[in-house]
Parts: sequence; structure tokens; C-alpha cells
Amino acid sequence: MNIATRAAFGEALVELSDQYPEIVTIDADLAGSLKTGAFKKKHPERAFNVGIAEQNLIGTAAGMAIAGKIPFACSFAVFSSGRPWEQIRNSVAYPKINVKIVGSHAGILTGEDGATHQALEDLALMRVLPNMQVFCPADANETKAVMHEIVKIKGPCYLRLGRDGVPVIYPENYKFEVGKGDILQQGNDATVIATGSLVGYALQAVRKLKEEDNLNVELINMASIKPIDDNLIINSAKKTGLVITAEDHQITGGLAGAVAEVLSEKQPTKMYRIGMQDQFGESGTPEDLYAKYGFNTENLYNRFKKILKK
Amino acid sequence: MSAHFKNIAIRLRKDILKMIYAAQSGHPGGSLSAIDVLTILFFDGFIKNDPQNPDWEDRDYFVLSKGHAAPALYAVLGEQGFFEKDNFFNIRQTDALLQGHPVIKIPGIEATTGSLGQGISVATGIAMGLKIDNKANKVFTLLGDGETQEGQVWEAAMSAAHHKLGNLVAIIDINGLQIDGKTCDVMQTNPVNQKFKAFGWEVLECDGHNHSEISQTLKKALEVKNKPVAIIAHTVKGKGISFMENNAGWHGKAPNESEFEQAMAELEMQI
Repeated sequence: MNIATRAAFGEALVELSDQYPEIVTIDADLAGSLKTGAFKKKHPERAFNVGIAEQNLIGTAAGMAIAGKIPFACSFAVFSSGRPWEQIRNSVAYPKINVKIVGSHAGILTGEDGATHQALEDLALMRVLPNMQVFCPADANETKAVMHEIVKIKGPCYLRLGRDGVPVIYPENYKFEVGKGDILQQGNDATVIATGSLVGYALQAVRKLKEEDNLNVELINMASIKPIDDNLIINSAKKTGLVITAEDHQITGGLAGAVAEVLSEKQPTKMYRIGMQDQFGESGTPEDLYAKYGFNTENLYNRFKKILKK
Repeated sequence: MSAHFKNIAIRLRKDILKMIYAAQSGHPGGSLSAIDVLTILFFDGFIKNDPQNPDWEDRDYFVLSKGHAAPALYAVLGEQGFFEKDNFFNIRQTDALLQGHPVIKIPGIEATTGSLGQGISVATGIAMGLKIDNKANKVFTLLGDGETQEGQVWEAAMSAAHHKLGNLVAIIDINGLQIDGKTCDVMQTNPVNQKFKAFGWEVLECDGHNHSEISQTLKKALEVKNKPVAIIAHTVKGKGISFMENNAGWHGKAPNESEFEQAMAELEMQI
């Protein structure tokens, strides 16, 4: 079953809304896409729209947080992380204000709208900011689990979500821990570290490698991009000696960048980076784009196998 | 208006110059143009705050959107007792409390500003947050006229009117100069009053150095309900120091020893 993480985000807002009366949503004309409608229906006095004006989206969120609220500033990732980046830097990250920035429609998973709307740099843009914590959940249930944790953090957070459905791999009661990765399959032959929308497909790929090729690949889901799970990365790299990262994002600055920083300092290991290779996306169905850019189960299986056979 | 406010304003002007002279950097022009408005705002009872309890729940909020006028706000907060005035003398130095632009960790500072256009947007958010809870706290913000060239100002202006923020007052310090020269030459911002009016704000105007006019205008502003108020304060950049007045060169320059002494002597003469 495939569910979009943005849909789970909308449900989580409603689930958390009574326990956290400080939660408010601020949309920038994309409330329908961000799935904040159910929250607005339940708490109309806590749901705001600032129109198509993302600099003010971030400023408004910062002010709301200063007034004691827990604001979720919502838009497509290109517009919530990229367009108002300097507002995030100076009005939110530097003063360590309790703003939750939500970026949906991340990656080429966005599909038909094309490259202008496919955020492929957001993890890098947010990760470089001091005080900012960055989360990229793999499925609907992990999205809800992440939401339960980020509302407890008194500081800036970025939550990366996708437009299209992705496989559900976690049970409903899954618990997420900030700063921890999750081993989805144990193995000794190589380590695959994946994040977000590629985790489900990577899981199917490593299962196939085990069944059909007797290759035991360790698969780590890294939803906590910052803080990242240094120990898990180091220990797995020590065990396997080969690390492959996989993300629907540029291969610079995001998951691959974060993993490379850890390994090059603490456990130098041969790495391969699967992701967007310093290129923009294009229009197409998410399925077609994942096939073209090498992100579906079949592609990942072949790419992992090729790397392992080197 | 009473000599009381005049003397406070002179004392604050001296503090502004002492800070900038001590640091040998900073922004005297825009601090001096803004200080009369700040004097009335903070010492004539418009902003209710408590230096002993900066986070007092019922306080009014002030956001310095033109963050480079930090010395003016620091002078006010030091005078009010939010921190020791000794801090004036290591402003802008490593490990100092008083940063080059306002930061939220300084007692009395409500928002980190300095990147123009962001403060009014944050003030709008504070006003929205207070409005949700039907709180009576007011939110004041001070912008520069050059600052209104930032697009975010107008995003915030549109939103504040749309959300009927009757608890928000924005004062525009119209000194007519910016770093590269006259505002009308660099990028015309006028008619800024008509712009705010067109965006749905109540617009008032005053002489930004006439204490009684400033006070009367603020009183009028607080009577307006259900919409934000913009006060166009006509000012002189560098006001109070003869050689700094109306001179864009003093936007971000520190006086040398003889200039500092002359400035202090001029202020002393005004008492």
C-alpha cells in the first residue's frame, strides 16, 4: 500500500492538536496540497493563510512562535526552504525560534509539475543552518512518529515530505527517535543508507538481492538527517566496508554529504552516491521519472548489485 | 512637551554616540533619526514593559525592523534598566552582550533583526499570535524608509491588513536617506503613505522629532480598531548633531575623537 507522507502529516496535525493547543498552521496558498484542511476544519481559529508570500510565511511563523505558538509553516519545499532561505537563517535559525518548516513536494517524486517545483536542494539548504534539525521520513507512519517528536523540540525543525504515495514499511505504532537511524535489514556485504521516498524501494531491492543473489546488504533508514546517527553509520561501515547512499535529492549536501562528512572524519570508507547527479528533474509521472533517474526497485536492485560486484 | 522628554532624548543621543564611538563602528544617522520616536514610545507610557521581568506576559512588544538602529534601542533599554549601561562600552566587541544588530538573547529585545524587511513580518506574526488568544498586548515596530524597498515589507503589510491586526502599529522613520544616497534617487519609495493606505492600513503622519506630536499621533493610533496603523514619522537623519544631519555619509560611520567631542558638546548645549 502506498500513502503520501504529506497526507500523514495532515493527519498527524489533527492527532496532536488537542494535546498541543499551541499548534497553529500557516499556509501560503497551498493548504490543499499540504493537507492542512482537516486541522483547519477542527481548529479554524488556529489555521492561517498568508497568501503566495513565502518570506512573510517565515516571518509570520517566527512571530507566532515568539508569541508562544508552535507554528507549522507549510508550502512546497522549493518555496518553504529555498525562496525564504535568508528569512529562515536570520529570523528563525539564528535566534533559535520554535518554527517547524514543512516542505512538501520534495524530489522528482513531485512528477508532472516539472523541475521548478521539484526541490532537490532543500536538505542541503536546511542542514547547513546552525540550530536547524532536519527530518526526512520514509513513509506515512514514520511521518506521524516524526511529528510526535518534533512538536517536543523547542527550536527550528525542517520536515521534508513528498507529493506521491510511497510504500508503507512501518507499523502504525512505530516510534521515531531524534538522531537515530533504523536498521531495516541486517547484512555484511555492504551498507545502504537511504532516506525519504527511496527507503521503501531500497528495502524491496535489498530483499531481492538477498533472495536472488545471496547478497546480504545492510539497509539503514536515515530519517534524522540532522542530527545524524554517527555511531550507526560508523559501526555499519566498519562491518561492511562499503557504503551506498540513496536519496531523491542532489548527491551533494544532503544525505550523501552528511554521511560522507561522518565517514571521512571517523571511518574512511568507499562510498557510492545514488541521487540526482548535479542535474535538474523534468516533467513526467513519478513512476516514469523514478525509472528514468534510477530510483525504482528494479533500478536500485541493479545499481546495488553492480556496485557490489565491482 | 516637557523638558523631561527633551532631556531623556538628549541623554539617549549621548549614549548612542558613546556606543558608536567606543566601538568605532555602527550606525549613527538612523539611530539619531529614530530616537525621538523611541523616547516617546518607551517613556511616555505607550509601551508597557518590565525591566525586572522582560518576559512579563502582559507586556507590549517592540520589534526594531530597522535593526541597524540598534544603538538607539540599546540606549532606551539601558535607560529603562534591562541591562547595565556598562554594556554600552563593549558593544560590537567579541563576547559582548550588545551585538551589532539586535538579538533576542539581549533582555528587552523581542526579535532578532538587522536583515531589512524581516522585523515587520515577525511583528505581524507576534500580533497574530496574540490575537488568537484575545490578548490586549500591543505590538509596535519601527522601519526605515529605505527598508520599504524590501518586498517582504509589502507581503507583511498585505497580511496585517487582511488579518485585521488592530494590535499592530508600524512606524516608518522617513529620513530620506539610505547608504547609497537619497532614497528618492536610489529607489523612490514615495508616496509611502498612500502605499500603506492602499494596502488597507490606517495611516497617520507626524514630525518624528516633535515629542508632543509623536505622543498625540500614538494616542490616535491606539484608538484604531480592527486594522493596523502606519505612522509616517518625518525625520532628519543624524538629527541633533549639526555635521551629521542630512548626510548619508553618516549612515554607518563612527565619529573620530574630535567629532565625538564636538557632538557631545552640541548635545550639552541643547540641555
